[in-house]
Amino acid sequence: MDGGRMIMAGIINENSSIEAVGPHIITFLVEDRPGVFAKVTGLIRRRNFNIEKITVGPTHIEKVTRMTFLIKADEATLEQVVKQLNKMVEVLRITELKPKDCVIRELALIKISTSDQQERNEAMQFSNIFRGNILDVSPTSLTVEITGDSEKIDAFLELTKRFGIIEVARTGITALSRGSDPRPRGVDMMKLLDYE
Amino acid sequence: MNGSKALAESLLREGVKDLFGITGGAIMNLMHQLFEFEEIRVITARHEQCAAHMAEGYAVASGEVGVCFATSGPGATNLVTGIADAFLDSRPIVAITGQVPTSLVGNDAFQEADIIGATMPMTKANFQFHRVKDIPLLTKMAFKIAKTGRPGPVLLDFPKNIQIGEEHVEFPTDIEISGYNPTLKGHPRQIKRISKVLKQAERPIMIAGGGTISAMANNEVLELAEMLGLPVINTLMGKGIIPETHPLSLGMAGMHGHMCANSVINQADLIFAVGMRWSDRITGKLEYFAQEATIVHVDIDSAEIGKNVGVHYPIVGDAKIVLRQIIEELKKLDVTQPMSWMQKVKQLKERCQCNIPLTDIQPIKPQQVMRLLREHIDSKTILTTGVGRNQMWAAHYLRVYGPRKFVTSGGLGTMGFGFPAAIGAKVAKPDHWVVDVDGDGSFLMTQQELATSVIEDIPVTVIILNDQALGMVRQWQNLFFEERYAVTDLGPKGFEKRVPDFAKLAEAFGANGILVERVSEIGPAIKEAKESDVTTVIDVQIDRSENIYPHMPSGAKLEEIIPCPPWMEAG
Repeated sequence: MDGGRMIMAGIINENSSIEAVGPHIITFLVEDRPGVFAKVTGLIRRRNFNIEKITVGPTHIEKVTRMTFLIKADEATLEQVVKQLNKMVEVLRITELKPKDCVIRELALIKISTSDQQERNEAMQFSNIFRGNILDVSPTSLTVEITGDSEKIDAFLELTKRFGIIEVARTGITALSRGSDPRPRGVDMMKLLDYE
Repeated sequence: MNGSKALAESLLREGVKDLFGITGGAIMNLMHQLFEFEEIRVITARHEQCAAHMAEGYAVASGEVGVCFATSGPGATNLVTGIADAFLDSRPIVAITGQVPTSLVGNDAFQEADIIGATMPMTKANFQFHRVKDIPLLTKMAFKIAKTGRPGPVLLDFPKNIQIGEEHVEFPTDIEISGYNPTLKGHPRQIKRISKVLKQAERPIMIAGGGTISAMANNEVLELAEMLGLPVINTLMGKGIIPETHPLSLGMAGMHGHMCANSVINQADLIFAVGMRWSDRITGKLEYFAQEATIVHVDIDSAEIGKNVGVHYPIVGDAKIVLRQIIEELKKLDVTQPMSWMQKVKQLKERCQCNIPLTDIQPIKPQQVMRLLREHIDSKTILTTGVGRNQMWAAHYLRVYGPRKFVTSGGLGTMGFGFPAAIGAKVAKPDHWVVDVDGDGSFLMTQQELATSVIEDIPVTVIILNDQALGMVRQWQNLFFEERYAVTDLGPKGFEKRVPDFAKLAEAFGANGILVERVSEIGPAIKEAKESDVTTVIDVQIDRSENIYPHMPSGAKLEEIIPCPPWMEAG
C-alpha cells in the first residue's frame, strides 16, 4: 500500500477508462439463516457489481454455508465487493481465490439431440474422452454429465453443438484453495448465536 | 413472558428512556405492554418519518442509541426515509416495526409490507423475530450493532403473533457476534509510519469528519492539531469537533465550504483525513482533487478506505483510539511545527473573514440572521438544520462549541429533517436550547410535528429563512440554467399573500409564531424564542435573490475567488 495510489473506483465508474478485468473468484462462509442469500445478492446489485456464476451449499460445519462467486471486475471494484460483503454480520470469512492456487470445478448436464445410431455412438465417444457420464438415453437424445473447469465444459459444448443441443444446465463454479492452508480459520470453533 | 414484555424488558435493559413513533394495529400489543413501564417515555410523533428523525436527533445529541417504532405496512414504509438518512450519516438508531402475524407474512395481508426486504440495503443489520425466546438476544444484538464500529440503523420487525406469544425467555448479559468484530485499534506499524509522515510534512492539514464526532475524539483532534500546528478543516458532519473560534479551525470543506478550507486543501502536501468518507460534495471532480498531496486516511470502516480517493497510508480503527496512538508515538519523536505554513494559513484565514453589516437592508439578508443568532449561541446550544441553502448558511456562519451540537442531514440530504431532529435532541438534552435553522420548503415537509412539540412539551426554536422558494435549486437555476426558474417558486403568483403564514400556522398548533420583516426585529425575536417555554417559530422574510458565497468559478485562481457577497466587506 506504500506504493502509488490505489486505483480509484469513483473514476472508473465515471468514464470507464480502465477496462474491466477479471474474472475473480471469491469464496465465503456465511451463517445459514433466512434472507442471507437475498442480502448478499442485494448488496451486489446495489453497488452495480456483476456476478457471472454462483454456487451455494452447506459445509461440514453446522449452520455454515459456503458461497462461491465468479465476478468480472477490476481490482478496485473487487476490493469493494469483498469489503462490503465482509461488513455483513452473517458473513464469517471471505477470501479471494487466485486460479493458480486453487482447484475449480463446474458441473454441467447437457442434453444432446441424436438422430441415429451413428450420432449416438459418436456423442458417447466424445463423452468418454471428456470423462463424462451418460445419465439418460432416449431414441433421439442423450444426456451427459461433464465435470471440470469451465473451459472443459465450453469445449465439450463446442464439440457437440453440430448434433444439436437441446438443453444445458450448468451449476456455476465451486472452488477450494490448494494444500492445507488457508483453513477457514476458527469458523469451525465459532460459537454461532442461536436464533431463528 | 409474552413477546411484547420481552421486548419492553430488553429495551429497559439497554437503558432506553424515550421512544418515538406512532402506534397501529400491528404494534399496539407492544404499546399496551410499554404502558406499564414508567421508566420509558413514549412520544407520539405525527408522521413516522419524523419519529425516525427524532431518534436520529436524540442519538446525535446524547451519544446513545435513538429508538423509533411504527406499525406494519405504511407505518413501516414511512420510517424508511429516516432509516436511510441514519444509514448515510452513520447515526445509531434502532427501528422497531410491527408486522402481520407470521402465518400471514407473504400473503399480501392488510397493512403488510416487506420491510426486511425494503431496508436491507440501508441498515447495518435487520432481523425479524420468529420466536419469543429470541427477542432478548436479537434486541441486544441490534443495540450492539447500531452503536459500535461505524454506527448505523438496525431494524427489528415484530410480527403480531410473536408480540402476544408466550415463552420462557432469558436475558443475555454480554454477547459476542461471530461475524461482527469492528477493528478499533490501529495497526502499530502503520501508526509508526503515519507518525513519521506527519512529522515530515511541510504543509499538512487535517480533515475531520463525522467519525471523529461518533468516536468523541474532540480532545485528541485538538491535542494533535496543537502539537503539529495542524490546520483543522471539518466536513459538514464533523462540525464542532474543535471549537470553531480556535485559530487552527478553518471551517468546512467542499462544494459550499469555506474558501480558506478549500484552498488550503489544494495547497497541502499532506492530507490527514480522519473519520470521513470523501463524499463527492467534498472532493468535487476527483481528477482535480489534491493530486499532489500524500493522503493518510483513518476510518473505522475499511470499506471507506480507497473507495473514492486513492490513499497512501490507510489505517483502520476508531478515531479516538488511533489518534491517541499517534499522539503517543509523536511524543517519542522530535516534533517541530511548520511555522511558515502556519503563518500562510493564518493570513489566508484573515482574508476569508466577511463582515456582515447589520444595516437595515430590505429584504433581510440571511447572513444577517446568522450573525444575530450567533450572538445567542453558547456551549448549551444545539443546532439542527433543514436541507438546502439554510443548511449551508448555518454551516458557514454559525459557530458551535463542541461535538454533538450540530445535527444535520448530510448524506441523504433529507428536507424536513431539522425540526423533528430538534425535537429529538431536546428530549435528549432538556437543559439545552435547541434551534432549528430551516427553510420554508424544508419546514413545511414536517411542520405537523408542531403538535408533538406542543402537546409533549418539548419546546424548541425554529428559524425559517423564508425565501418562498426551493432556494438551493433556484440558485443553481440562477447560475447554470439561464435563470429559468422551473418549479422552484413556493409562494403564490405575485407573492401578495403568505402561503402559508408560518406565524399563524404555529399559533394554530398552540406554539408561538413571530413574523420578522426588518433587521431590527431579528434580535428581539430570537431572544423571545430563547426565553419562551413553548416552541417558537420565527418566520424571517429573506432576500430570495441572495446566493451562497464564497463563489468559486471553476478553475479560478485563488486571487479570483470572491469570498464575500458584494454587500459585505472582506477582511
